[in-house]
Amino acid sequence: MNVKEMKTKAKKIRRKILDVTYSCNSSVHIGGALSMVDIMATLYGDVLKYQPKNPEWEDRDRFILSKGHCAVGLYGTLFESGIISEEVYLTFQKNGSDLTAHPVMNIPLGIESSNGSLGQGLSMGVGLAIAARIKKKKHKIYILLGNGECNEGSVWEAIMSASSFKLDNLIAIVDNNGFQNEMEPSQEILDTSDFEDKWKSFGWNVCSVDGHNISELYKAFIEFNVKNKPKVIIAHTLKGKGVTFMENNNEWHHNRLTKEKYKQALKELGEI
Amino acid sequence: MLEINPRNALQWSRFGSRAIFGQAIFSLAEKKKNLMVLSADLGKSSGLTRFIKSYPDNYLNVGISEQNMIGMAAGIAREGFVVFATSFAPFLSMRSSEQIRMNMGYMNANVKAVALGSGVAMSFLGNSHYGIEDASIMRSIPNLTVVSPADCTEIVKTVFAAADHEGPMYIRLTGETNNPLVYKEDYNFEIGKAITLREGSEITIVANGTMVYHSLEAAKLLESEGISSKVVNMHTIKPLDISIIDKAIESSKLIVSVEEHSIIGGLGGAIAEYKAQFQNVPPQLTIGLPDRFGKVGEHSYLLDKYGLTAKKISDSITKRYRDLS
Repeated sequence: MNVKEMKTKAKKIRRKILDVTYSCNSSVHIGGALSMVDIMATLYGDVLKYQPKNPEWEDRDRFILSKGHCAVGLYGTLFESGIISEEVYLTFQKNGSDLTAHPVMNIPLGIESSNGSLGQGLSMGVGLAIAARIKKKKHKIYILLGNGECNEGSVWEAIMSASSFKLDNLIAIVDNNGFQNEMEPSQEILDTSDFEDKWKSFGWNVCSVDGHNISELYKAFIEFNVKNKPKVIIAHTLKGKGVTFMENNNEWHHNRLTKEKYKQALKELGEI
Repeated sequence: MLEINPRNALQWSRFGSRAIFGQAIFSLAEKKKNLMVLSADLGKSSGLTRFIKSYPDNYLNVGISEQNMIGMAAGIAREGFVVFATSFAPFLSMRSSEQIRMNMGYMNANVKAVALGSGVAMSFLGNSHYGIEDASIMRSIPNLTVVSPADCTEIVKTVFAAADHEGPMYIRLTGETNNPLVYKEDYNFEIGKAITLREGSEITIVANGTMVYHSLEAAKLLESEGISSKVVNMHTIKPLDISIIDKAIESSKLIVSVEEHSIIGGLGGAIAEYKAQFQNVPPQLTIGLPDRFGKVGEHSYLLDKYGLTAKKISDSITKRYRDLS
C-alpha cells in the first residue's frame, strides 16, 4: 500500500469510528481513537505482516493496543483491513458483543490481547518478544501506548526490561496526544517533559514524528533500526484529529455523538 | 520425576519448601523442553540455583518488578511455553494482583505464579513478607486454580501436575526448612481432588499447607480424648472439592477448617461460602491467622501464638465440640 492509499485508509477508519460511535448511541472513547488513526492506517496499511482471512497465522506480527480504551480505533482498523465483518463491527458496545469499549482477546477477530487496565500491554509485549527470539521467529511485536498511560509505573518497569533484554523485535508507539482523562492537558497533571529523553535514557532507540504524517510514520517504522535496541516511535498527535470541534477538546475523551454533531463531523471529514 | 520414598521425603522436609520447589523445577526441566522460569530477583530464594546453572536459557531474572514479570510471563506462555514465575507471596499476590487478574485470569495465560514463604514462614522478616491474605485474593479471580501443598513431597507432586495442567495457577508454598512431613510414599495427586488422610466419625477437619500435618497430630490428641475426627488435605482451595464438604455435612457434627492464612476468605471462607446455601448443616470452626498484623517472631513461635499447633488446634476443637452438646 502506498502513502496515498494509507491516507485513504485512515479517512475510512475515521469514518467508521464516527459511524459506530453515533449508531451505538452511548459514550465512546472517541478523542483518543481519532488521534491514533494515522498510526493504525500505516501499521495495517503496509507495516504489519498479517493475513486478513487467517488472523491466527502463526508468523503474523503481533499488535497490542495497550491504550485499550481506544478499542473503537482498533475495531475500525480491523474492519477496514478485512479482518472483521460489517456484521461483527456493528455489534460494538451492544449487549453480549465481542467488541466492547476495551478489547477482549479474540485472535480469530484479530484482537491479540485483553486490555483496558492501563500500563500492562508493554510487559506482555516484552514476553512475546522474548518468546519470538527463543523460537527464532522473525515476526515483530508492536505495542501502542497512550501518553497518559505512561503515568503508570509498570510501563517503566517494562521499558527498562525491554532494553535490558535487548529486544530489537519490539516496537512501541506512543500516541502522544497531550491529554488523558481529566480536562486539563497531561503536562499540567503529571510533568512528563523531556519524554523522548526519558525513553532514551532507559536505553531505547527513539524516533519522534508527526503522528498524522503517514510518510513520516512509515519511515519511522521501516527505517531507524538499531541492533539490540527496542524502538519507540513517539507520535505527536492531536486528540480528536479530523473533527475540529473535537480536536484538543477533552470533552471528547469519552462522549456521545448526537445526530447533529455526527452530521457536522461527517461534513468535516468530507468525501472518501 | 524425583523419586518419592521415605528417605527422600525426610531429606526434602529438612531442606524445606523453597529448596524443594527448585529441585522439582530442576527435575521438570529434564522432560519439559518448553519450560520457562521467571523470578523477580528471587531465583536463589526459590531454590533455583542448580536449575539456573544447568538450564540458563530457560530462566529469566526480570529484576525486582513483579508487575512486569506477570505480563512477560503471559506473553511467553501464549507462545507455547509453560511458565513458572516466582516471588514472595505478598509481592506476587498483591503488588501484581491486577496483572494476574488481566493476564492470567482474563486472558487465561498458562502461567504458574509461585508464592514463596506464604503464611508466616518468613518469621523475622515480618508482616511485610507474610502471606496472610493471598489465598483470599487469588481465589476470587476467575479462571485461577489455587493450590497450597501440604508438605515438600506434595510440592514436587504439585509442580509436575501444574506443568501438565493447561491454565493459570497460584501455587502457595507454606513452611520453611524442617517442614513437617505428611507424605513418605508416592500417592495419587490430582489438582482439585482432596485427599482424606484419616477417617473419623464425629468431626471433619479440612486443612491445607503446613496445617495438614498439625491437623493430623491434633486428630491423634482428639482421639485420646475419645473424639473421632476425619482429616482431609484440601490442597486445592480453588476449585474446592465440594464432594468432601457434602460428606462432612452428612456425617459430621462439626466441620473445622485449619490454615496458615487469615480467617477471612481462605480455605475456611471457601468452605463457609459453600455450606451457607444449605439448611441444618453442622457448624464450622474456622482456625487460622487472626485478622491483624501482630508482632513477629520465629515460625514455630507464631504458629503457637496463633493457636496453629497440634495441641492448640485440638484444644480449640475440643472446646467447640463440647459446647455443641
